[in-house]
Amino acid sequence: MITSFLVNSLDRRGRIVVMLLVALAVLIPAGNLLVPEGNPLHVSTYQLTLCGKYLTYALLALSVDLVWGYCGILSLGHGAFFALGGYAMGMYLMRQIGPRGVYADPVLPDFMVFLNWKELPWFWQGFDMAWYAFLMVALVPGVLAFLFGWLSFRSRVTGVYLSIITQALTYALLLAFFRNDMGFGGNNGLTDFKDILGFPIQAPGTRAALFSASALMLALGFVVASAVVRSKLGKVLVAIRDAESRTRFIGYRVEHYKLFVWTLSAVMAGIAGALYVPQVGIINPSEFDPAASIEAVIWVAVGGRGTLVGPLIGAVAVNFGKTWFTGVLPEVWLYALGALFVVVTLFLPRGIVGLWYTVAARRPKSAKETDEPIQNAGEAA
Amino acid sequence: MTLIRLLAILAVLVLGLQPALADRIADADLLPRVAALGTGGFDAAEKAIADLAATADDRVPAILDRLGEGELMVRKADGAVFFADKAGKDFRLTNPVTGADAGLAPKATVEKVKVNNRIRRAIASAVGALTLMSPDPAVRRAAAEAVMKSADASVIPVLDRAIGQETVDDIRAAMLAARATALLASDAPETDKVASIAAIADLGSRDALGFLSGYASVDGAVGDAARKAVAAIESRLMLWDAGQNLWYGLSLGSVLLLAAIGLAITFGVMGVINMAHGEMVMLGAYATFTVQEAIRTYWPGLFDYSLLIALPAAFLTAALAGILIERSVIRWLYGRPLETLLATWGVSLILQQAVRSLYGANNREVGNPSWMSGSFALGDIQVTWTRLWIILFALAVFLALIAVLKRTRLGLEMRAVTQNRQMAAAVGIRTPLVDALTFGLGSGIAGLAGVALSQIDNVSPNLGRGYIIDSFMVVVFGGVGNLWGTLVGAMTLGVANKLLEPYAGAVLGKIILLLAIILFIQKRPRGLFALKGRAVET
Amino acid sequence: MTDKAEGSLLYLDDVSVSFDGFKAINRLSLVLEPGEMRAIIGPNGAGKTTMMDIITGKTRPDTGDVLFDGSVDLTRLDEAAIANLGIGRKFQKPTVFESHSVEDNIALALKGRRGALAALFHRRSTAEQGRIDALLATIRLSDKRDLLAARLSHGQKQWLEIGMLLAQEPRLLLVDEPAAGMTDAETAETAILLKEIARTQSVVVVEHDMTFVRALGVKVTVLHEGSVLAEGSLDAVSANPKVIEVYLGR
Repeated sequence: MITSFLVNSLDRRGRIVVMLLVALAVLIPAGNLLVPEGNPLHVSTYQLTLCGKYLTYALLALSVDLVWGYCGILSLGHGAFFALGGYAMGMYLMRQIGPRGVYADPVLPDFMVFLNWKELPWFWQGFDMAWYAFLMVALVPGVLAFLFGWLSFRSRVTGVYLSIITQALTYALLLAFFRNDMGFGGNNGLTDFKDILGFPIQAPGTRAALFSASALMLALGFVVASAVVRSKLGKVLVAIRDAESRTRFIGYRVEHYKLFVWTLSAVMAGIAGALYVPQVGIINPSEFDPAASIEAVIWVAVGGRGTLVGPLIGAVAVNFGKTWFTGVLPEVWLYALGALFVVVTLFLPRGIVGLWYTVAARRPKSAKETDEPIQNAGEAA
Repeated sequence: MTLIRLLAILAVLVLGLQPALADRIADADLLPRVAALGTGGFDAAEKAIADLAATADDRVPAILDRLGEGELMVRKADGAVFFADKAGKDFRLTNPVTGADAGLAPKATVEKVKVNNRIRRAIASAVGALTLMSPDPAVRRAAAEAVMKSADASVIPVLDRAIGQETVDDIRAAMLAARATALLASDAPETDKVASIAAIADLGSRDALGFLSGYASVDGAVGDAARKAVAAIESRLMLWDAGQNLWYGLSLGSVLLLAAIGLAITFGVMGVINMAHGEMVMLGAYATFTVQEAIRTYWPGLFDYSLLIALPAAFLTAALAGILIERSVIRWLYGRPLETLLATWGVSLILQQAVRSLYGANNREVGNPSWMSGSFALGDIQVTWTRLWIILFALAVFLALIAVLKRTRLGLEMRAVTQNRQMAAAVGIRTPLVDALTFGLGSGIAGLAGVALSQIDNVSPNLGRGYIIDSFMVVVFGGVGNLWGTLVGAMTLGVANKLLEPYAGAVLGKIILLLAIILFIQKRPRGLFALKGRAVET
Repeated sequence: MTDKAEGSLLYLDDVSVSFDGFKAINRLSLVLEPGEMRAIIGPNGAGKTTMMDIITGKTRPDTGDVLFDGSVDLTRLDEAAIANLGIGRKFQKPTVFESHSVEDNIALALKGRRGALAALFHRRSTAEQGRIDALLATIRLSDKRDLLAARLSHGQKQWLEIGMLLAQEPRLLLVDEPAAGMTDAETAETAILLKEIARTQSVVVVEHDMTFVRALGVKVTVLHEGSVLAEGSLDAVSANPKVIEVYLGR
């Protein structure tokens, strides 16, 4: 029943996206197996990992679009949920190192030995088991988001105030995780991973599998997000975004709706972080930096908020640009990023997707054709 | 090392460093007196000691010390007295008065000047008298402290005499404490000891605390007295510590106030959250640096005025930058605060990178003018001039701003636009101009904050990033559209931060404050001093 | 006091509220019987909208009783709870969901389960579709059902909002200046519509347009400076010297 609910919720555009992602997940690794290394059709492990990273960013962007594009909550701290999921995965990977670390302690990770700790802190217990770690990936950001959201939405904190305190939240976590005595590796973070689920983490096969997993998770996330926004709940979210007060006066408990989408979004971000970490090989506190969260927002804005497809496009495009710039013209990257923020907010409020529809479509102005993105008709302060 | 030796060395050292105060009689007068030590028996020696002490010559403590150590020898041949140091099987002799070398002497030719306990007591008394009753207060103070540290009971009689004639209050207090310390170490009766504890407790210093803690675990009346005294001193010190932290808190609060007040204005009047606000502060700091560099190169004599010159430079730089941002970016985004937030973030990235390109990514050195250096003590609290000036500056800026808002035409128009933009436009106020000038004013003040910050923090392109979140917290906590709210908010947060620090550490303290503000906002979503009513709801 | 409330639909007694020292509502008392339609008039700033804010839970009064159905204390409930009790409100400025189609606007307002999870799995039933169609017909927007609400004219938005109000099937409708910005023809139609509604539901209408109020033909309450100045038929209150003074000045 759930599957039919989910599948039915995809419109034509959504179906294309999902099929594309599944195809990527399957074809590219399969192709790599068939085609030898020197061949131009072969995707190198480096490129594969890079794309896998982009896909996890796309999932993060999707989660931001859910709360921002559809519910009007501008979160400047979603990086915190991403990072928490990442740390959960990192802790699992650290436990997997076992006696192969520099200090060869079978239980304690290197940094704990270095700090002269005698035993594993209580919150590290259980992370040697994959199922527990994966559960924590979803649970830790989810629970934090739930608590934060419950307090904030119940008190009707909205608009810029809410954005500022999301920023404060991630900043507080940044400060906390930077401390060496917190037990999360301090400013060095967690790194030097050896294997995941028994497979060596650097091996091309594992990399390919991680890429596929990222693509498939993104597809799944997309389907879930699509189901949510096309349901009545999604319509209420849009109503809340446009006229929160009015929605209350019709009898909807706005806090519950916000809490639902906020928590769901945090879990998605956490999963994205968990897929990110094994591919980049490290998780450190700078992921909690407010700047990282704000960058995620610009991916959504560039792609087109409130479209679900837009964030995917935006995440890949901006990060591709970042990779290119920082390789070729590193000095210019920050100028380019800053200019991107300004240009997109001033001239491209509907992003790339919106631009596409303005240019390509001369159709009658109707919302029934679900291909057209839901406009932001006026923003509540 | 015995106390006497210590005192002797001290005396020599202190006096050696201040030759003008050293008392010396002629060598020819001193030598026979020293020689008198070697003649006759113990009675004669005692008299000779008193005699030497009476000269108050600065070489006497060393001589008497040597005597006590058994290093004073008489040459059998002529009865002359020398310092004798072992040199193989012989002794190297030194003239005690001139310090001149007097050659080697075989053991058989010299005899040690004998001392007994009576002589030792006399020596102690004489040395003590010379040091504790020296005409030089520095020597007296040092001697008292040395006695206190050594807790040597034999010095008590000398101390009593010294206390009796001491005129300087804090030296007498130190002597009393030294006496009490010595008493505690001796076999004096318990009541006397309890009294000594009280005497030491009166000093109230950390040294006293340390000393008394040693007695806190002792049983009986002495232990009780010690424990009570320890508690009393600790609570007194805690108050002074709290006072110091309060001072630091006010200092931090004044910095927060300077950084945040510009933001409060732009947010209050325009409803705009300017994420580039921190960069306005940074621009002010760099303006200060540039001004100082120019002065250092071309008009070095003006360095002490560099800050005063930097103030208008920083204000103008930041204000112009602000107006430029407002006219080119923010103007198009009115009514869309979340977009403004994002756009100004982009501007902040650009500004940071621009400064990085111009000045480099490293910290830049900004110096303190001479009138801002140094510190003084207020009771047990250390007050640095830099921080004091910054607090005064922050208050001056605040009051100036209040004056601008209440007394000038611009201020009136700003307040009107804050309360009801449409109505203000309807009565003919040129709201776009007001907006531009408001933004300029807010940014300019941030520039002034940069001048102040350059004195206490590193000047780097990331300077703004460090203060933007704190500024938000102040504005959000204090309430929007209300300058007094910003003042209260900034001071409260600064003080709270510093009072938390001793218990939680700097980082954890900050985290706790952030979480506390997050929770506070749930209770009062519009801050401490929020404007109420229908016009503000929108 | 409360025996006067019994049997009434809406009971306000001695209600006061101030904002920053300004007394917006000053010892206001008003009773509405079930099935009654009442028109509230008064100069600007008399407190008409604030009164509605209090009834619908947006503002909490400082003193006084506000009872629904004779017993339910409205001052303890928030907007959503009060809406779910059966009190619906149409705003002075037409507030519809601009990003949604006309049909979706009605669908969202349709009386039904308001829970988040219920909304997630909700499938529109034929009965619901029928009700939506009927409502669209009532407000004359059937042919525009797929249009984005943002593209409606001002008058059409007002009607859409009335339609949303009806969709909630409230027992008490609070309508704030329904004729504002409408043409004469639209105004007349609105009056007919409201009278139609009043046959099955209780309605409180706040209006300035005296022609509209006359067309309604119901009991009128005049508010002034936060309290009731006069009550009665439109002719009666129009002749009341106090009312004349307040409206025309001395």
